[in-house]
Amino acid sequence: MISARISQKIAFAVLLVFTIIVLVPVIAILGVLVKNGISSISWEFLSEMPRQGMRAGGIFPAIVGTLLLVVGTVLVALPVGVCAAIYLSEYAPKNRLSRIVRLSIVNLAGVPSIVHGLFGLGLFVLFFGFGTSLLAGWLTLAVLILPVIITAAEESLRAVPVELREASYALGATKWQTVRKVVLPSALPGIITGAILGIGRAAGETAPILFTVAAFYLPHLPGSIFDQVMALPYHLYVIATQVPNVPKELQYGTALVLMTLVFGVNLVAIVIRYFYLRTFRW
Amino acid sequence: MKEKPPQVGANASVCPITPRRLSVRLRLFKERLIEVIIFICGFLSIAIISLICLFLAKEAISLFATENLLEVITGTNWYPISEPPKFGLVPLLLGSLFVTVGAAIIVIPLGVGTAIFISEAAPNWLGEILKPVVEVLASVPSVVVGFVALLILGPTLKNIFDLPTGLTALTGSIALAFMAAPTVISISEDALHAVPKSYREASLALGATKWQTAYRVTVPAASSGILAAVMLGIGRVIGETMAVMMVTGNAALIPYSFLQPVRTMTATIAAEMGEVVRGTPHYYALFFIGFVLFVITFFINIIADIFLRKGRILK
Repeated sequence: MISARISQKIAFAVLLVFTIIVLVPVIAILGVLVKNGISSISWEFLSEMPRQGMRAGGIFPAIVGTLLLVVGTVLVALPVGVCAAIYLSEYAPKNRLSRIVRLSIVNLAGVPSIVHGLFGLGLFVLFFGFGTSLLAGWLTLAVLILPVIITAAEESLRAVPVELREASYALGATKWQTVRKVVLPSALPGIITGAILGIGRAAGETAPILFTVAAFYLPHLPGSIFDQVMALPYHLYVIATQVPNVPKELQYGTALVLMTLVFGVNLVAIVIRYFYLRTFRW
Repeated sequence: MKEKPPQVGANASVCPITPRRLSVRLRLFKERLIEVIIFICGFLSIAIISLICLFLAKEAISLFATENLLEVITGTNWYPISEPPKFGLVPLLLGSLFVTVGAAIIVIPLGVGTAIFISEAAPNWLGEILKPVVEVLASVPSVVVGFVALLILGPTLKNIFDLPTGLTALTGSIALAFMAAPTVISISEDALHAVPKSYREASLALGATKWQTAYRVTVPAASSGILAAVMLGIGRVIGETMAVMMVTGNAALIPYSFLQPVRTMTATIAAEMGEVVRGTPHYYALFFIGFVLFVITFFINIIADIFLRKGRILK
């Protein structure tokens, strides 16, 4: 019979190994992308159109496309998501209906991304007749990131102490005035964090934009919200699997740019939340 | 949050209208309007999830104008563009099942183990570093995971097992395990974290070691949360599309081993929807697959939610 202390040592060592196995691939992925992709990163790569059937040139339209997609998506999802969070935290009674609302949000978060794509195709592209367009992509991605924004915003709204609301009511403010002038400003950092996490998610998704907005190859910028755009994740998929003989450096370079973008966005969110938790302890 | 706000201008209707009262009324009207918008947004999630279900079902049902439901579910051939086309789902269901089971076998011990390590064994400072790393892991886009697995993991497995191709169910399972890990870790970790401190202290005071406390007290107390974490991780795996499409080889054949190429339901939709003609049985068949996916993940989420709530009530 081994002593309790030794069995603890063994168990914790095994758990440490598990942790390392899980986390090393992140570092490995970043390492591989940086090592193989950094050589192709240049101003030309970032600012030029693709040439020779995407086997040369830059990825400028894909970068612009992804930025346009992300900005529009957040502009759609943020107001709706924050209003939904205000409802849940300030207005919703504790009853079955609120429970169903919460359950739908949980389920919405769990819907497979390709199903979001099918839904976007069915509702926005075909039923509303937007066609394969930026607008359809915005709405599809907005539905996708809505749960992320609602959850983060609600959490930070709930963290605002009741005393602040009571003080505001005591001064004669109405419910909406209290929400608008007292609760929302206090919860702002959390809401911003949620929005940024949503941006990161929207920037990296491929499946929902496959049939709603993404263009295989489009060497010019979109002229209106009813145009298709190229997007970084789809472009990476295309040059990695659909087009033969694309130089590896180009693929790694594209992956590195995408990863840097998503990574940078998430880093900003983590930093904001870190400082927020430090400074605001109610 | 239940307290009633004071009713400004509640008697406005019985008093003569002065400019000041008018402005109060206008403001009240504006607030009413804003609150209506807030209520609509609040219920929007129900509307969206119902719309998703409705749209998928509507298109999926059209498939059965030409095909037999039983034949689709039990058919072993997926030849959507042959003449006549065959829409047997079995190879795709098995493809998804193989990849999911493989990923679950890998991710459950690794993910739960990592969560126990972070919450029970690691010193505080290490936990503070590991948690953001897990978040970063969660943010890696699936197409990037697929890309790296395609170029590095695939060839490696091909050499190790001496296979004709490195694009197999196993490759997909490994890539997906990696993608589901953050879900499993962070939700398990939350569940462990929520176990009251007094449980641990009582166990330690009785002379138990930290490890004995972890596996006899903390983990059992957090079990429903951990179960929910595992379920949500599996839900993530079943729904994952891009990585799977890039690394599993996409052969719509019935698999007999993890070292064979497979094609999942998600990859089938992603790969074929782009070329399909709208209104054909093939188009409806893809929506039917989407509907099946939706139903599977819907139930996984509901069950996980029940476990999560059960965990909270116990506290």
